Order: sequence, then structure tokens, then C-alpha cells
Amino acid sequence: MSTLLQLDNVTIRFGGLTAVSSVSATVNEGELVGLIGPNGAGKTTVFNMVTGVYQPTEGRIAFGGQPTAGLKPFEITERGISRTFQNIRLFPSLSVFDNVRVAFHLHLKHDSVHSLTRGPKFHREEVDLRDRTLELLRIFNLERVQDEPAKSLSYGDQRRLEIIRALATGPKLLLLDEPAAGMNPAEKLELMKLIQFIREKFQLAILLVEHDMKVVMGICQRIHVLEYGRKIAEGTPAEIRSNPAVIAAYLGSAAEGKS
Amino acid sequence: MTELLQQLINGLSLGAIYALIALGYTMVYGVLRFINFAHSDVFMVGAYAGYFLGPKLGAGSIGGGVLTLAGAMAVCAVLGVVIEKLAYRPLRGRSNLTVLITAIGVSLLLQNTGQKIKAVGANPRAFQFPGPDGMTRGLFPETQLHFRSLTISSNQVIVLVVAVVLLAALWWIVHRTRIGTAMRAMSFNATASSLVGINNDAVISFTFALGSALAGAGGVLYAMNYPSIDPLMGTLPGLKAFVAAVLGGIGNLPGAALGGLLIGLVETLVSGTRVSTYRDAIAFAILILILMFRPAGLLGKLRVEKV
Amino acid sequence: MVLPKSQLWLVVVLLVAGGVSAFSGRIDPYVLDVAMGVGIAITQASSLNLINGFTGQFSLGHAGFMAVGAYSSAMLTTTLGPKLGVSTAVLQWVLFPASLLLGGLVAALAGLAVGAPSLRLKGDYLAIVTLGFGEIIKVILQNVDAVGGARGLVGIPDYTNLFWTFSVAAVTVYVVWGLLNSTYGRGFLAVADDEVAAEAMGLNTTRYKITAFVVGSFFAGVAGGLYAHLKGYLNPGGFDFNKSIEIVVMVILGGMGRHVGVIIAAIVLVVLNETLRSFGEYRMILYSLLLIVLMLTRPQGLFTWTRRKPSAA
Repeated sequence: MSTLLQLDNVTIRFGGLTAVSSVSATVNEGELVGLIGPNGAGKTTVFNMVTGVYQPTEGRIAFGGQPTAGLKPFEITERGISRTFQNIRLFPSLSVFDNVRVAFHLHLKHDSVHSLTRGPKFHREEVDLRDRTLELLRIFNLERVQDEPAKSLSYGDQRRLEIIRALATGPKLLLLDEPAAGMNPAEKLELMKLIQFIREKFQLAILLVEHDMKVVMGICQRIHVLEYGRKIAEGTPAEIRSNPAVIAAYLGSAAEGKS
Repeated sequence: MTELLQQLINGLSLGAIYALIALGYTMVYGVLRFINFAHSDVFMVGAYAGYFLGPKLGAGSIGGGVLTLAGAMAVCAVLGVVIEKLAYRPLRGRSNLTVLITAIGVSLLLQNTGQKIKAVGANPRAFQFPGPDGMTRGLFPETQLHFRSLTISSNQVIVLVVAVVLLAALWWIVHRTRIGTAMRAMSFNATASSLVGINNDAVISFTFALGSALAGAGGVLYAMNYPSIDPLMGTLPGLKAFVAAVLGGIGNLPGAALGGLLIGLVETLVSGTRVSTYRDAIAFAILILILMFRPAGLLGKLRVEKV
Repeated sequence: MVLPKSQLWLVVVLLVAGGVSAFSGRIDPYVLDVAMGVGIAITQASSLNLINGFTGQFSLGHAGFMAVGAYSSAMLTTTLGPKLGVSTAVLQWVLFPASLLLGGLVAALAGLAVGAPSLRLKGDYLAIVTLGFGEIIKVILQNVDAVGGARGLVGIPDYTNLFWTFSVAAVTVYVVWGLLNSTYGRGFLAVADDEVAAEAMGLNTTRYKITAFVVGSFFAGVAGGLYAHLKGYLNPGGFDFNKSIEIVVMVILGGMGRHVGVIIAAIVLVVLNETLRSFGEYRMILYSLLLIVLMLTRPQGLFTWTRRKPSAA
């Protein structure tokens, strides 16, 4: 198994605050990796650096062996990293169908000019994309609401739509930012199945930021643990469960939370 | 050298007026996050309020001048609160754009109503008052002060003094009173401020009153130095003051004052050169440059969108 | 080859415009004048709709781009026209469209120059930069003697007719519609909805915004050329902030990002403007009151009955 994503001593500072400090981590091809840690540990910041929203102050990120420094978010998506957001960020006024269709845009051969000439090639491509969009929606049981605006969907459906949209860009690595947030236990179970299904069906690696230990421990092959912007542990779920540093970090933060 | 110094003084007094108007834009932006386009017309109303109140309040003496100024400020404060109540408050929570367009509507309404009211009329009027001797005179007694070859008019001094006093008063209100603290809290986070028991509507009304009063003072001072007023007089100074607010960092009070002074200075300096006819474009050129290189303005902090 | 349905529509509109235009001699000159005003307004509003409505970038400088196009196109016909020594018909059917194209291109260039650096600004800031740009254009035009300075440019030939105004309007609507109704085009709407998410889905948001800005400016410029050759004179003051606002209002009343609504709004506002003329001096007061009341009661736009339909291409 070869390395897909590699973080080497990645650090980011905002003014005087060091949000992430010298973090190294890897995700291999096809692997399902968890990224956990207490609130404010810097998990989402790591996501934002990987996807090009922030540029690391120090250190190096490489995807498929190529450094991603200086790339804009859309260029990183072109290379095969796609993501969801902690606070769902769909295109609220667009229909469910269009939310997914627009993400297929990366596979387009046509552009503005073809939209105006509207020749046979343009039509073939549009029909092809429509079929692929519908197929994706069908896999996730959302084709029944394809014409609804995304904002009218239930919370759980919005979460799923965001994942479908990310899949439509054709990623090799999918970043999921707290997909289980706000879900009840039954929905979480459903989600765990869904994530594993996606990984097998679409043959991709998944990096998962999650608060819910059951979800992470239940599906991840490997887990990285962050605390205060530093990586304090890495290992299989079993190793992490018995790691004293991790236990301290979680109990400590829980104790602080109570006071 | 003297020439330059003279221009600096002229620029400062113009800049002080821009600063007063800019503060209103910036305060409203601070609490409501929208550009109050009608602000420039409140400024115009201030000038007219001074024009009509002057003869009744004893224009031509220092006391009368101060009274007139205060009267115009009061009129504008009320106008500001009324505009907010009638036109903006019903739109609370709607998109910025809706409020912006409404503000533009209010602005057009004030301008055009002004032109149709007989006592105001579309034509410019001289901002002067009949004296007891049948001669006209200004709002305040006027003299020219000479320092070597420098000439400073008493009106310029008055503009600066009034501006400094008002800025000090504003600073005191914002930093030393309960309502001022509430204003600052609201500009940090309006939802949170309402959760801790701040009456946001009251704060907004107060902000409009304060900002509009400053614009009213600006209107009187502007009219006094460029002694002619008309219903459309607010547009250009208003736009420039807005630019000043953005230049200083919108939402930032010292920034608005600084921005106003800078715009006034640059504009006056440009007026003295060959390209003086481009005077009115300068403010916008500065604005565009600033937004390119320092989008948060000189003193503002950039709000980074959380992802 | 059979044309796609949308292009058939375009051809039909062009033919009708040509047909009606041929009989324009029999139409009441006042009605004709208003009708041409309507055509120009549709062009302005639809082109701004691409920027403000569909792509969600708030521009307040559309009149500035219109001015650029108006002056460029008028300069071409007034300087080159008399030297060519050809018939008026040739000038009207060859030189004039060329001048419109020139006006559009120069305006598009201006749009690129303004848009490229400023489109990373958001919301109000962008609005104010575009407003500032419009004012700068006005001041420059007032100061350049070659285009008449503050006195304005006079003696522009009256080449604009029903055919040209409605053909341009139809092409504008078609281009805006065509751009949007494709997988590529949904990107404009995505950018308007959530820029961060759009970027994360691989959309080059900057490129989309600039495309919208440049295309929108192009048609504003062409509309400017039509306006110049309709009125016969140009005055920098006519392209001020209030003119931009007028176009913005059409877009907002039409429901921001709706094709038909914005066209209807453009027609209604031009006609309303004419009707209000009988109120003489109170026209602007009524106009501003109307604006406020509409925003208070129907901020989603006047002409929005159905929600935006998802379209299959």
C-alpha cells in the first residue's frame, strides 16, 4: 500500500497562536483513518491545510507524492481530495440534483463557449452527466428529492447530500469533517455503514474527523490523536484505547469541561 | 512651504468634516453591517436645519452659532431614528441587499422631497443669515487670523474645534457609558449581546441618533465653509466620507476619523495641482488601492470567514 | 442541421424584431422611442443580472461600463463614419454593429481591469469599489476634451432602431440563459450560494466571477452604444451612480437571478418611468417611495411566482 497523503512537520500560526504544531501523519491509499482530539485540538485546521484553505506556516504536505503548497482549494480538489464541512455547506438554493451536477464539473470537457453553441457534443456530455448524477443520487436514495432545493432537506439528508457531492468530484481521498455531529445513535450506526460502503464502492481513502468515539473506533483502521495542536498518539483503535496519553487528554478535557 | 502648510490647514478642516460624516457610516456598519446610503442626505438635512434654525437661534454670534449647530444635530438625530424605525427596522434579518436598496430609496426620497418643498427648492441657497444692519453674515462671527504669511479663517478653527469636541464626546460615550458598552458589545456579536440582555433595538436607535447628529454637525460646518447648500449637496461628500470609513477600516471609529482626515488632506493637496479637475475621482482611486492591498482598511481587522 | 430549441427562439425573436422594425415608420414616434428604451433596459438588466443576480457579486458600477461602451462606439461612428463616404444604409448596417461590438469589447476590457483585482472583495466592499469605478469613469470623461468633456459628445448619428435594440436584447438574454443552463453554468449559481463550498468542489470561483463580470460589462457596453445612437448626444453626468441604481433596481424587482422576472421588471420600470412623467416633478418622489414600499413588502422581487426550476440541459 503506498502513501497517498503525507504531512511532514506541519505547523500553522495565526498571529501569535500556534494552532497546529509540527504534525506529521500519513494516509495510505484506500485506508480509513480517523483524526480525533478534544475541542480546539486543531483537527479542522488540519483539514483546512490539506484542502488549501490555509497554507501551513511551516512543514510540507504532499498528495500522491506531489507537494500541494501554494495550490488553491479548487486545484487541490482537481488533484483528487474532496471534503465535507463541519457546518454543512451545501448550495442551499440549488436543487439536490444541481448540487451534485455542479460537482461533476471537473469531468467536463465543455466550457462557456459550448454552453452557447449547444452543439451535439455538448448535449451528449450533459446527458451523460445527468445519468451519472442520477446514478449517484439513486445509490444514496436521494433521487426522490432531486428537484427540491437543498435547504429543504432534513438534516440527515443534507449530510448525505454533502458526501454525495464530494464523491461527484471523483476523489482519491475523501475528508469527512464530523459527519456524525447531531445524529442520534441509530443514525450514527447508519452512517458507519455508509462510510464503509463508500470506501469499498468508490475505492478511495477516507480521513475522518469525529468526536464520537464509537464511530471512530468502530470503523477506522488507524487513528491519529491531536491535543492542543500536537499529535500525541497514533495507532490502531485498540492501541489508542489503551494509550495513557490519550486517556489523559480525554479525561482532562472532560474534567475541564465540567468546571 | 507656506503654500503647503496653508493647504494642510485647509485639508484638515475639510477632512474633519468628512471624519464626522464617516463616523456615522462606520457606527451603523458596526452594529448592523450595512451601508446606510441615506446618511449623506441626513448630512444635507443638517445643513438645511442650520439654515432655517439659524435666524431664530441668533446666528452671527458664537452662542447663536453653537445653538444652531446643536439644533441641527438634534433635528438630524430625530430624523435618523425615524428613518431607522420606518424603513430599516421592518427589514431586520433580511438580506443586506434588501436593506441597501431601501436605504437608496430613502436617500432618493430625501433628495427629491427636498427639491419639491417650496422653502428648500432645487436651487442652491447661500448659507448666510440677515444681520441687524441689513448685511448678510455667516453662522459664526468671522475673521481672518494671520500667522506670518499663513491665513486661517475663524471658520476653519471652528470646524476643527467642533470636530475635536464631538470626537471626544463620542469617545466618552462609546467607552465610558453603559449604552456605549452595549454598542461595542453588539458590534462584536449581535446575537450574543441580545442573549446577555442588551436591547439591540434600543442600541440601534441610539447609534442612528448619534451617527445622524454627527452628520448634522458635519452638514452645518460644511455649509458654513462652502457657503451654498442644495438638496443634492450630500451625495459627493457622503460618498467620500464613506470611502474614508472604508479607508480607516469600516466599523472602526478611530479609523473613520483618520480616514476622513486623510481624504480631506489628499483632496485639498490635489486641488492645488494641475490635475485639480480630477479632485472628485481621487477619493475613489485611493479607495480602490486600499482595498486591493489592505482590504480591511488602515486600522480595521479582517474578518476571516470560518470554514 | 436542426437548431436546438433555445437557438430557434433566438432566431424567431431576431426575425420578428427585423419585421416590426421594417414598419417602424408607421409606429408613433413616442411609442417607438419608449420601445427602444425598453430594449436597451432589457439588455442592461439581463447583463447585470448575470453579475448581481446569478453570480451574487454586487456591482454598483454598471452605468460606468455602459458609459465606456457608449463613448467608444460613438467615437467610432462620429470620427470614422463621415470619412468613409458610403451611404447611410451601409453605415447603419455595417459600421454601426461594428461600433456596438467595439463598445462592448472596450467595456469588457474595462470590466476585466476592474473585476480581476476587485472580485476577491465581498458584498458591500465590491459594491463600493464598483461604485467608485463608475464615478472615476465619469470624472475622466468630464475631463477629456476629445470626447467633449463636461459639455458632452454631440452629433451622434441616430442609427439605433427597433431591430438593433431587440436583437441585442435577445442575444443578451440568450447568452445569459445559455451560460447558466449547463453543468458548467450551474457553477455561477454555486458561487453565489457558497463560495467556500464551490471552491472545495473544484470550481475556480475567481474565474467564474470574472467571466460573469466581463460578459456583463460587454453587454452593458453594447447597451451604451445603442443608447448613444438613440439619444444622439452623450453627457458624462448621465452615467452616474443613479443610473447604476436604476439598473440594480430592475434586477432586484425582477427577483435577482430570474430571467423572465428581470425582463418584465425592465419593461415595467421603463414604462412606469414614462407614466410617472405625467406627475411631472413628483416622479422621483413616487419612484423612491415605490422602491421603499416594495422592499418592505416584496423583497424577493415583484415578478416571482415560481421558484427557480432545476433544468435538464
